[in-house]
Amino acid sequence: MNQLGFPILTLMLAVPMLGAIACLYASAQQARWIALGATLIDLLLGIIIWMSFDQSVGAPEWQFTEYAPIFGRFAWAMGIDGIALMLIALTVFLMPICILASWEAIDRRVGEYMAAFLFMETLMIGVFTAQDIFLFYIFFEAGLIPMYLIIGIWGGVDRIYASYKFFLYTLLGSVLMLIAMLWMVNVAGTTSIPVLMQTDFPVAAQNWLWLAFFASFAVKMPMWPVHTWLPDAHVQAPTAGSVILAGVLLKMGGYGFIRFSLPMFPEASAHFAWLVFGLSMVAVVYTSLVALVQQDMKKLIAYSSVAHMAIVTVGLFAFNQQGIEGAMMVMLGHGLVSAALFLCVGVIYDRLHTREIDRYGGLAINMPKYALLFMLFTMASVGLPGTSNFVGELLALMGVYQVSSLVALVSTTGIILGAAYMLYLYRRVVFGDLTKDDVRAMPDLSPREITMLVPIALAVLWMGIYPESFLAPMRANVASIVARTEAARPEGDAKLVMGKIGDLAPAHGAEHGAAPETAQKETH
Amino acid sequence: MSVLGDFASIIPEMVLGATALALMLAAAFAGDAFARPISWLAVAALALAGGLLASPAVYSGGTIFEGLYQADAFATFAKALIFAAAAGSILLAPRFFDGEGGGIRAEYPVLILLACVGMSIMVSATDFLTLYVGLELNSLAAYVLASFMRRDVRSAEAGLKYFVLGALASGILLYGMSLLYGFSGTTSFAGVAQAMSGELSSGLIFGLVFVLAGLAFKISAVPFHMWTPDVYEGAPTPVTAFFASAPKVAALALTTRVAVVALGPTGHSWQQIIIFCALASIVLGAVAAINQSNIKRLMAYSSINNVGFALIGLAAGTEKGVAAVMSYLAIYVVMTIGSFACIVQMKDENGNPVESIASLAGLSQRRPGLAAALAIFMFSLAGIPPLFGFWAKFLVFDAAVAADLTLLAALGIAASVIGAFYYLKIIKTMYFDAPSGELAQGRNVLDFSIIWACAAVIVFGYLLNPLLDSASAAAAASLF
Repeated sequence: MNQLGFPILTLMLAVPMLGAIACLYASAQQARWIALGATLIDLLLGIIIWMSFDQSVGAPEWQFTEYAPIFGRFAWAMGIDGIALMLIALTVFLMPICILASWEAIDRRVGEYMAAFLFMETLMIGVFTAQDIFLFYIFFEAGLIPMYLIIGIWGGVDRIYASYKFFLYTLLGSVLMLIAMLWMVNVAGTTSIPVLMQTDFPVAAQNWLWLAFFASFAVKMPMWPVHTWLPDAHVQAPTAGSVILAGVLLKMGGYGFIRFSLPMFPEASAHFAWLVFGLSMVAVVYTSLVALVQQDMKKLIAYSSVAHMAIVTVGLFAFNQQGIEGAMMVMLGHGLVSAALFLCVGVIYDRLHTREIDRYGGLAINMPKYALLFMLFTMASVGLPGTSNFVGELLALMGVYQVSSLVALVSTTGIILGAAYMLYLYRRVVFGDLTKDDVRAMPDLSPREITMLVPIALAVLWMGIYPESFLAPMRANVASIVARTEAARPEGDAKLVMGKIGDLAPAHGAEHGAAPETAQKETH
Repeated sequence: MSVLGDFASIIPEMVLGATALALMLAAAFAGDAFARPISWLAVAALALAGGLLASPAVYSGGTIFEGLYQADAFATFAKALIFAAAAGSILLAPRFFDGEGGGIRAEYPVLILLACVGMSIMVSATDFLTLYVGLELNSLAAYVLASFMRRDVRSAEAGLKYFVLGALASGILLYGMSLLYGFSGTTSFAGVAQAMSGELSSGLIFGLVFVLAGLAFKISAVPFHMWTPDVYEGAPTPVTAFFASAPKVAALALTTRVAVVALGPTGHSWQQIIIFCALASIVLGAVAAINQSNIKRLMAYSSINNVGFALIGLAAGTEKGVAAVMSYLAIYVVMTIGSFACIVQMKDENGNPVESIASLAGLSQRRPGLAAALAIFMFSLAGIPPLFGFWAKFLVFDAAVAADLTLLAALGIAASVIGAFYYLKIIKTMYFDAPSGELAQGRNVLDFSIIWACAAVIVFGYLLNPLLDSASAAAAASLF
């Protein structure tokens, strides 16, 4: 069966599912503890699969596989590779934090709330573990139901509008994907994702299939111009809802690109790379500028998410190892950092019940611990070296530089603009004089809030200082995707040439290395 | 086989017919006081008839009565659904009529049984005359059922509307049948199919169009749908549940058999008509439902919308497509009976039925179980996985894609997003809005067993897939 001898992935799905059912019948306080317990068990299971994940050379691509053909036309097929492993780790890491974030903020219909969150966790892990294309679709789509309820019942003032927009936007995006899946399964005669990843679809059909999948993943990602549901959903959702939305749900789009669009339709991906680049470039600049003028903290972070996700798409469609690894690292890093930023907003929102930036100021004076952690996450969001986002953004931009200098140039402005809006936000909220009485009365972080934020801070630093722990499990899988798309890879304009190792050894070797490079350029 | 032997293949119909006649006499002599025992006997008869469907003579009896009647797996599948839906509609009725004053009348189960006999004949018909007899038996019972609450103006209006428009549709159908007969010289499906396989005369084409138009009326496909909202709204709720389930199954199964067996050889000349009806039903069913404030009218548009999806499977015209239609109907019946079982619970303090969607406001806080069940049915009708309604849509779209109708599938599924909007509206009202307190409490074990049985099927339905797949595949195979 697998290296552990029991179906651990099914168990990971079952634990939150059972917890969800139990929460429905429990009192408020019981429901909180059940939810925390279930998410912690899943965290433990997540640690177990990471520890026992075989990273050696020649390890099987898909591990922990399970297969049970109980549904007639499709099967309960599970299995993960390194990419899925990282995203599952992110999910199970964020979930207990979400439960803690809702501990006091949610005071009505607690049982249903916790049930919705646990159900959501089942579905998110299901998306990353499903090895059957229809099973994947079911998990992918079913996520709409709990999120719709979370936004609609426990959201802010305009929650109904936001919940409808979220639901219908994402539904319209994904239904066309279903038709494409049906077509593919019809042609290939299998529903297994690993087999489909090796199937060569006719090039003419690939374009249509790619567009159908793109409609779904671009909305989920979200890419400009179909990102407009995101700010509404974020602003209206409760804090934990925003955390899970930014932390994990957006990653499903990127995961979809990696799992489906690139390996299944390499030619079409190359054909439409300009489209992805174009939309991403607009997104990086435009949404960063929009973020700069926001008055609402959550909206600002929501727009910054769109900009960061644009770096992900740019990296993914660079068709090389750095680009895809960088995109994955941005996804993981952004999953942690934006989650932490939403939690930071939630912390002060719980105290003052407003997200308006101007209502705050001078928090460094009365909330020093908060100011410190908030600064760490601000810096991580900016992409400061030593934090998670730096690694990812650097790799992604390096990857895309090999394809197009222009795209790399425009995307890099995103980092500068990112620094502008994040530092501006930080200055207005944390620095300045403590002039407002109600702000002065705000207490610093409670132990519960510290328990939420410190683990994320440690993870962000870990990822920034020793990214190898996160890159190593994914390396072989990314390499196989790169190999799969190799034939279709568009020629880049940068014409990079690898320097000789020998030339690099002496400190003044740069002059020596330059000569063969120019010679190479002329031969191209 | 001798004519006497043929009767072995229609035992279920004979059981229902005999019970209906006996119960009618009982109702006449014993009066409405015995309405409840009569209801139970009717349900028992339906259960017995359903059990008898398992006899080989019924599900594989072949063509009987000189080619007038077909006892095959296709008809058996449809009959099983019809009997189950009818039993559900009878079981839901007593509490509903209690509130209206006077209680349930003894004729109600009898009429449903007679309609079931008619529907059984419809789905087994292999001759246009058998078809017409079955259709009219069902329709006459249905007209009376629609106006069952005699003192209620809306119910009387519904019955009258249904009768007038139904008679018109029957006329259209008869006209089409007479044209087919005139140009092919026979009323049997096989004979018409033979005539259709050659060069198509304009008479045959006209006949085909008129027959399909008459059938489209019976399944309430656009553009012959206009009677549906009024009749569904006016008829008593258990009757609406019946109309939305059993006769839909019968008429769609009948249409499928007529299209595939009698009209099939024409190189799918009927395909474009079905495609148009399918898309028009999906879009109109979705758009027109958005502004409805009465939940029964909304369910009427929902049923139009669902017929459109089922027709996509028929439009494929393949064995896979027919299997998809049958599976769709099976899942649709469960969702419909479940939804109406929830709607029957909507009553005010005096026990009078409430039908406005607004009255559901905040139901999730006052009656969480009922709200959760209705939410399950609504999400399922919207086709959101992991609920079983998704699988129904999946199958018809799969059949359409396999038959190279990818564009139709893409348009249909995109339009399903519009439909999702109004299903969400009901969930929004129940879960997001503040409680209105219009609906009374009070529950009944029987009603809730029906609701939860349906909800369980909708939630865990995928485990039934192997069974449903083999049954619907067998049903489809018997047509080809």
